[in-house]
Amino acid sequence: MIHLEGISKSYRIAKRQTGLRQAAKALFYRDYTTINALKDISFSINQGEIVGYIGPNGAGKSTTIKIMSGILVPDTGTCTILGYTPWKDRTEYVKNIGVVFGQRSQLWWDVPVMDSFELLKDIYKVPQQEYKPTIDLLIETLDLQTIVHSPVRQLSLGQRMRCEIAASLIHNPKILFLDEPTIGLDAVSKIAVRQFIKTINKEKGVTVILTTHDMNDIEALADRVILIGKGSLLYDGNLEELRKHFGTSKIITADYAKNTVPFQIFGTATLSWTPERVVLSIDTEKVKTSEVITQLSNKVELLDVTIESQPIEDIIVQLYKEYQI
Amino acid sequence: MKMYLAVLRLRLNMGMQYRAAALAGVATQFFWGFIIIMVFEAFYEHAAMTPPISIKELIQYIWLQQAFLVFVMMWFRDNELFDLITSGNIAYELCRPSGLYGFWYAKLLAQRLSSALLRCFPILIVAFLLPKPYKLEPPPSIWAFLLFLSSLLLGLLLLVAISMFLYISVFITLSPMGSLLVFGVLSEFFAGLVIPVPLMPVWLQKIAYVLPFRWTADFPFRVYSGHIPESEAVFGIFIQLAFLTVLVLLGRAALNGVLKKVVVQGG
Repeated sequence: MIHLEGISKSYRIAKRQTGLRQAAKALFYRDYTTINALKDISFSINQGEIVGYIGPNGAGKSTTIKIMSGILVPDTGTCTILGYTPWKDRTEYVKNIGVVFGQRSQLWWDVPVMDSFELLKDIYKVPQQEYKPTIDLLIETLDLQTIVHSPVRQLSLGQRMRCEIAASLIHNPKILFLDEPTIGLDAVSKIAVRQFIKTINKEKGVTVILTTHDMNDIEALADRVILIGKGSLLYDGNLEELRKHFGTSKIITADYAKNTVPFQIFGTATLSWTPERVVLSIDTEKVKTSEVITQLSNKVELLDVTIESQPIEDIIVQLYKEYQI
Repeated sequence: MKMYLAVLRLRLNMGMQYRAAALAGVATQFFWGFIIIMVFEAFYEHAAMTPPISIKELIQYIWLQQAFLVFVMMWFRDNELFDLITSGNIAYELCRPSGLYGFWYAKLLAQRLSSALLRCFPILIVAFLLPKPYKLEPPPSIWAFLLFLSSLLLGLLLLVAISMFLYISVFITLSPMGSLLVFGVLSEFFAGLVIPVPLMPVWLQKIAYVLPFRWTADFPFRVYSGHIPESEAVFGIFIQLAFLTVLVLLGRAALNGVLKKVVVQGG
């Protein structure tokens, strides 16, 4: 369905030092540097998948999304989506996709949201009998009843974002590109947006590609993650494997009846210790969690124990470190 | 087609919201119109030879110019489009299944139409009711009026086609101010909005007649006052059509050219 092969893209950026003299010099001579935003990116995505596209700032995520949505022309490589080459068959192709750029707005600033929706309906030539059920569904699931008749300039960021997502789905696209859809949203809005993405993926079979810095988004939604850094593809696979690969350590926090003698437990590293509480980090490949707890209960009178896996954020940080990005 | 109508409708709705701006515009244009008429009156009184356009025709010219200011002024721009280009929000426009040229053309046209609808009628009505020398007279014949209407509308279409180049140039310069100044000054001057074309020196008139700008304002206004006879006006309308075709084709090609090289950075 989506097939990228050897995509590269570089930007030429004018550079100059700060200062008036440098600015004057730049009038006559400009120094350009070439930035390789993408280097030989290849992957395939099947219909109905939700793919999380992650990487640090400036890794090339948005560039990839823009190439896939036909806005940018790559330097080399081929990209076939639904049988189209996005930047060549742009007008035909974009009927089939919906795009949300989290930091930009597609709604008309001065008019009620509903007017923007109606305009999009005409732009995409959606027949009235198709438009009605779609818009009703969108309004209901994204909880827009109270805001669609207000001008966009009077909406909060979270409200606007929900409208943006609705706007990009009016024409029932087969593929949805989301570029940081949860940026700046509060917890409730985030969960609503996630829930919605899941729903349209399950019920309508929409393929979703999303970029985000919020690992909870990825954890809640994506079965598959693609990691890129400095323009190169670093990892492509499911989240579980990523976790297994890096997430063998666990954190155990134990509360116990007062015990003034510090102790060591075999196979663990003590992260903190007080007379009432100890936090241990263990590597589950070396020692089993149950053994650690047995040892603990032999030493102290346990009141409470919590076991946490390594948070996904830490895994990503570790991953970035490992690939030196 | 339906899409263009939808853009027009939405834009009209939006334009109607700005009543205060329209009212202020009407007041300014009256004031301005009077000043210019008085200046020309002073010149005409002491003219050594008979000027090539009569004061009566000139007054028609000026009132029409003030009433249809937003049809003929290049500086009347859509800042939203500039913002789209410079901020990168154009990314969304490129995700639409339509040519960008037609879409923007419809937007610009609608913006000018919606502003003109609010402004032209008060000015026209009051100008008709003014005392004799300053009065806006009806056109000499019904034919002249119909020719004026078609040439004014074609002039509007032509002006929008010219202004598209302004927006296209912003893709390259990324700053609308420079383009706006150059385009604005050139087009206003050669459209006869500073000095009516018939009052220019002959060598300057020759330049003005070759350029497309005068067909947007000077031509329809002179058709109205009868300064350009009807037979000549019909011929002029064909020239307007020819200019329009050429400019739209060129504009399309230029826009497609810059879009291939467009880079939307960040976020």
